[in-house]
Amino acid sequence: MTPDQQAEIRRRQKSRNLALGGVLVFLVILFYAITIARMG
Amino acid sequence: MTIGAVQTLPADWRDFFALTKPRVMSLVIFTGLCGLLAAPGSIHPVIGFAAILCIAIGAGGAAALNQWWEADIDAGMKRTAARPLPSGRLQRKDARDFGIALSVASVAIMGLAVHWLAAAILALSILYYAVIYTIWLKPRTPQNIVIGGGAGAFPPLIGWVAVTGEITLTPVLLFLIIFTWTPPHFWALALFVQSDYAKVGIPMMPVVRGERSTRRQILLYSLILVPVAVAPWWIGGTGWFYGIAAAALSALFVAFAVPVALRSSTPGDGMRPEKRLFGYSVFYLFVLFAALVADRTVSGLGGTV
Repeated sequence: MTPDQQAEIRRRQKSRNLALGGVLVFLVILFYAITIARMG
Repeated sequence: MTIGAVQTLPADWRDFFALTKPRVMSLVIFTGLCGLLAAPGSIHPVIGFAAILCIAIGAGGAAALNQWWEADIDAGMKRTAARPLPSGRLQRKDARDFGIALSVASVAIMGLAVHWLAAAILALSILYYAVIYTIWLKPRTPQNIVIGGGAGAFPPLIGWVAVTGEITLTPVLLFLIIFTWTPPHFWALALFVQSDYAKVGIPMMPVVRGERSTRRQILLYSLILVPVAVAPWWIGGTGWFYGIAAAALSALFVAFAVPVALRSSTPGDGMRPEKRLFGYSVFYLFVLFAALVADRTVSGLGGTV
């Protein structure tokens, strides 16, 4: 595997991790908001 | 770089996003939101947001499962060959797992945040699109578009039921409107877009039954659409504003469908009537559902039927 390919793999892994992290943070906020709304 | 080398790379997140068919999703969000806003009663904004989000995610999951199943078919058609699976940017089983994950998550969140009736209908709509339509009937009958229209017809029903908590006649009529609207909408497109469905063995109406039969059926469904679209007003589910809008819009729909039904195309004639009908059909659905929402304010009457 060339250094270029390795760098591309790292780049894709990083962007996927960021996307997944963003989804998880969003879900945390959503579940918090739903809980508050349903208690009200 | 060979295709094998491409497949060993981890897939880009944008390819997963593309699996959800974002453009179809925008129409799903619009009709789902209209159902939610037009329903009698009120819903907490956060719960309403969660309901629309779940409808959108469920549609995305069903779209991913559809592309997982049809990867071979998509590879054989120019329009779809560049999708993530046929182009080799994504593994098939990743698409399947992604589709299942989105579908399960959307139904679970809908059940927990809104209620389990809305969740059950959402689950039914996903199964209907991914299994009954994609796997079972689409490759088997030229009526596949009629059946597929059922899948696109669920969002306003789910949006409405999310508010009311029960299935009544008006949301079922909203379902029937999209169901009846889909065949003339899609067949108009199929008449002027040279597609290669025949090449991959999907029996599309213009290919199997010919143009004349397709044109007759476009008019037939357009005529059925008139009473179906006006029915929510007849049964008292909406006010006069929606009734007048639906009658006028649907009459115009028939006016656009008649020239399509009565003519036969010659090579190089530009297919103007078909293009006009297709363009109008998109406008029709947006304005009809917008009128449904506006009706609640204008007529000062929330449907109770």
